[in-house]
Amino acid sequence: MGVMSIREAYGRALAAYGAENPEVVVLDADTSFSTLSHFFAEAFPDRFFNVGIAEPCLVDVAVGLALGGKIPFANAFAALISLRAAEQVRTSVCYARTNVKLAAGYAGLSDFKDGPSHNAIMDLAVMRAMPEMIVIVPADAVETSKWVKVVAEYDGPVYLRLSRAAAPPVHDESLKVEIGKGLTLRPGDDVCLIATGSMVGRTMEAAERLSREGIDARVLEIHTLKPLDRELIIQAAEETGALVTAEEHSVIGGLAGAISETLAGAFPAPLERIGLRDTFGRTGLDPETLMDFYGLGVEDIIRAGRRALERKTTGNVDRVRRA
Amino acid sequence: MASLTESRILELEQIGRQLRIDSLKMIHRRKAGHPGGCLSLAEIMAVLYFSKLRIDPERPGWPERDRLILSKGHAAAILYAALARRGFFPAEDWNRWGELDCHLQGHPDRLKTPGVEMTTGLLGHGVAIGAGLALAGRLKGLNYRVFVVLGDGECQAGIVWEGAMTASKYHLANLVAILDYNDVQLDGPVHEIMPMEPIASKWLAFNWAVLEADGHNIRQIHEALEAAENIHDRPTIIVARTTKGKGVSFMENEAYWHGVAPNDAQFNQALAELGEVV
Repeated sequence: MGVMSIREAYGRALAAYGAENPEVVVLDADTSFSTLSHFFAEAFPDRFFNVGIAEPCLVDVAVGLALGGKIPFANAFAALISLRAAEQVRTSVCYARTNVKLAAGYAGLSDFKDGPSHNAIMDLAVMRAMPEMIVIVPADAVETSKWVKVVAEYDGPVYLRLSRAAAPPVHDESLKVEIGKGLTLRPGDDVCLIATGSMVGRTMEAAERLSREGIDARVLEIHTLKPLDRELIIQAAEETGALVTAEEHSVIGGLAGAISETLAGAFPAPLERIGLRDTFGRTGLDPETLMDFYGLGVEDIIRAGRRALERKTTGNVDRVRRA
Repeated sequence: MASLTESRILELEQIGRQLRIDSLKMIHRRKAGHPGGCLSLAEIMAVLYFSKLRIDPERPGWPERDRLILSKGHAAAILYAALARRGFFPAEDWNRWGELDCHLQGHPDRLKTPGVEMTTGLLGHGVAIGAGLALAGRLKGLNYRVFVVLGDGECQAGIVWEGAMTASKYHLANLVAILDYNDVQLDGPVHEIMPMEPIASKWLAFNWAVLEADGHNIRQIHEALEAAENIHDRPTIIVARTTKGKGVSFMENEAYWHGVAPNDAQFNQALAELGEVV
């Protein structure tokens, strides 16, 4: 073991920040021992509210608390916040622009035990489409703990996407995160690998292995899917001319969607997309092999890097057209 | 606890009549809106905005003000009528309702219109949001009260009951819901579309205090609101029996008038029935 899970990093950071900021209140929908909001609940029982299995209510009660000047963190599974409570999120959080923080646990395939009913593979598509929403996906435990304070102190709606699993460590304690500012984790001009969340660590490994083939891959971490760091992406497109996106999410509407939209409008370039290809997930034995099964493996990223580079050099898009 | 004098009751009845007229004028001018559910709310809104609510138009952000959430946001016209007559914005704004640069939206918008506490429109949100707002008041040690104006058809939405459970779990005595029980919804009578009876027992079963009132009787509405202040361990709902379209003969109890604006002739007849000289 040794690597702290994203959810534990979040839960502990939230409890720690709760001591610093008395306005923070926390809500959960009967999942506090899953989202790990229970660390906060134990430290501040008077500032913790469990609404039971009722995610729309979770969001609306959080909205009321925000209207009353509190800073609510509403915790539930990402699939339920983004889908069952989507109307509450749209109307009462985003349109009414209330200061609600949606902490969406068990995102992606990370709830490998419960399977596709619990997976959240379209939540980023839903949340990105909401005006006023900030969408953040941390890459590892260190980064997750950094976001809690930043998210709490931002005045407005935030969707913080959290994995149940541990992610390969990418950052050290010196990391500073800023909403909307992507991170260049590795320089390189042959191809640009853009990753978010749990795929950042895998993408760093892919870049390392590509370098052994003589391919110099730049790695960008896009932790904020919205607002997107357009300058960083356009610059990468101009300088590398070939890109790959990698996310634990459908290739529709998430990181791939965001990057495609940006490139189409600013600097069209070959783009390969790593993510679930318009399919539901399935139950697995652990999150890592499940991600590999859906084409999110290091090998997949490496192959995508080569393909993007090939498309750039041949200029022949049709040759590599895939289903 | 002060009961209303006869002259005060007459005054509030007069305000209710005025709010009806204002709402119909707005809806007629815009050729859009929801007359039926505005007319059923006139006395309730008169008592709330002109007697009960601790509000100050000079200080719309006053932390200790009472909050009213119009959960049945389609009755926006009567909310705009009350807010303007209470001084939150000029009554002339009514004439520009719906225009692109006017702050008055089809449904209430807290970011655009002074005095609107919460953005509503899609039904069902008020109780849960009100519960959160009541909780925040308790946490901050503020003694404001939260009033939620609910529709009866609206109570068909599951989220209403999720919020009701939360409010009673946390003993939110600073939360009061007023149910505009007019028994008519968009598609027809509530008792046919999806019967809500026994409505009082439903709320009782969710551990709310339930009071009943004739929703067109100023004294009864006022007394129920006063009685709610003496309930200290749970939220209260006032089941206010009303008539949809009240005061305009051809609109009363007619689902057709849920969301249709009157034409000129209908408008003139309505004003005449309400005693307004055209």
